[in-house]
Amino acid sequence: MGIELLVNLSYVAAAVLFIFGLKMLGSPATARKGNLVSAIGMFIAVVVTLLDQSIIDFKWIAAGIVVGGAIGALVARRVEMTGMPEMVALFNGFGGIASLFVGWAALYGFEATTFELITIVLSILIGGVTFSGSMVAWGKLSERISGKAIVFGGQRVFNILLILAIIVSAAMFTVSTGPATSIYLYLVIGLSLLLGIMLVIPIGGADMPVVISLLNSYSGLAACAAGIAINNIILIVAGALVGASGIILTQIMCKAMNRSLSNVLFSGFSAVSAGGTAAKIEGEAKSMTAEDAYYVLEAAASVVIVPGYGMAVAQAQHVVKELQELLEKNGAEVVYAIHPVAGRMPGHMNVLLAEADVSYDLLLEMDAVNPRMETFDVAIVIGANDVVNPAAREMEGSPIYGMPVINVDMARNVFVMKRSMASGFAGIDNPLFFKENTRMLFGDAKEMLGNIIKAFS
Amino acid sequence: MEIAVYLAFILMLSIFLGFELINKVPATLHTPLMSGSNAISGITLVGALTSAGAEHSGLATILGTVAVAMATINVIGGYMVTDRMLAMFKKKGSAK
Repeated sequence: MGIELLVNLSYVAAAVLFIFGLKMLGSPATARKGNLVSAIGMFIAVVVTLLDQSIIDFKWIAAGIVVGGAIGALVARRVEMTGMPEMVALFNGFGGIASLFVGWAALYGFEATTFELITIVLSILIGGVTFSGSMVAWGKLSERISGKAIVFGGQRVFNILLILAIIVSAAMFTVSTGPATSIYLYLVIGLSLLLGIMLVIPIGGADMPVVISLLNSYSGLAACAAGIAINNIILIVAGALVGASGIILTQIMCKAMNRSLSNVLFSGFSAVSAGGTAAKIEGEAKSMTAEDAYYVLEAAASVVIVPGYGMAVAQAQHVVKELQELLEKNGAEVVYAIHPVAGRMPGHMNVLLAEADVSYDLLLEMDAVNPRMETFDVAIVIGANDVVNPAAREMEGSPIYGMPVINVDMARNVFVMKRSMASGFAGIDNPLFFKENTRMLFGDAKEMLGNIIKAFS
Repeated sequence: MEIAVYLAFILMLSIFLGFELINKVPATLHTPLMSGSNAISGITLVGALTSAGAEHSGLATILGTVAVAMATINVIGGYMVTDRMLAMFKKKGSAK
């Protein structure tokens, strides 16, 4: 009893540390310490668990921790900041599969009640969906598989049948008092893995921030379900905290696109049939050279930079910072306007710019920039498209109508750096490119910025 | 059945707490928040430890060991990468 009490009290301490850690992650000044606090909580939880009397064999534990720790540390050190989205997806998936195995292994060694069987099935199901969904997301983000939405006829029917099949096999497993080698158990595992794949393949690259946040939430819920299955409170508390935080991020992302979660998750299915009813955009895009851009920038007193996924692809964040310094030396005010869904995961642009040593108080949110957009002499759009598309404001019938966007077209001059005239996600035309005050700079963002910087020196 | 109610109660409170904690995080910190909370979800490691160390049949031990390895990647990698990211977030004028 003594040890058990100690273990449980330590779990309470760990939960407190997780809560404080998450709280401190909410402000840039304390975030790093907060992460450390939460890591200490994890350390305590792991160490006291090893005191548990039911653990009698440490060699497998040691093997798992050494292998996992080495891989985790290596990947965390090596990964490029631009590769962050796929890495988060990968870690997510590992957490999911671990929860699946924990639930599965819980079937051994004791007579499970119906309630426990249900929670075990849940942890296997959520863990499986998290794992395979994260793997597909990882593949899409690292471009190992096509980032486009993959759809086929009858997908919706197939998915409904799939979910029904999962419910039936889960019910059969529970009723058959669930031996660990039950055929129904294998069915649940296989089908939940398939479901994870089916849920993520129809989602296009630009909607990835939503998917990543959602999978993050699932990985928490999987841990939570595993905790209920093995009756462990720290798993429930920590898992629920993560589950809730993931859901909030998901909501923020959906709101930033003016879409509901179900629309993001399932609209890929209807993309095949979506007809172009939006009015045709007339006019001609005017391009300019880096030198012309330099003359305008040289005279500008205030500049707003709007980065998008293109900046990440071109790895242009360091050149952007260089340009910022030159402009500041020249007496101009420079700020960054960051759309919540710019890039492939929540906060993607902020991390890249932080890597380039841009002060975080220059990174403004959309709502802070839009009211004063008219006061900027130049808005430079770097590899962003949909998040600056004025059609969201002025073209009823456009697929993105109603989505909050950064109103760069209201700045005095707009420079758009873009590789070509190709439209962004879902092939939506962007009337911004045809506006009177817009000039296009075609080419690789890094190269273009480099040319402008050269003109300054 | 009592225990189910008790666990549900803890679950409910934790979810509400999670909502309250995360609600006001600025957009700048969304990525570190995600990878940091992702590391916390590796808490499933605690569950994996008991499965890997218990005296069960072969499959349970294998499952437990793999779960330990996977969850450790999640925990160690998640915390380390979050720390790396947060170390880069600097305010102008502050010392390096």
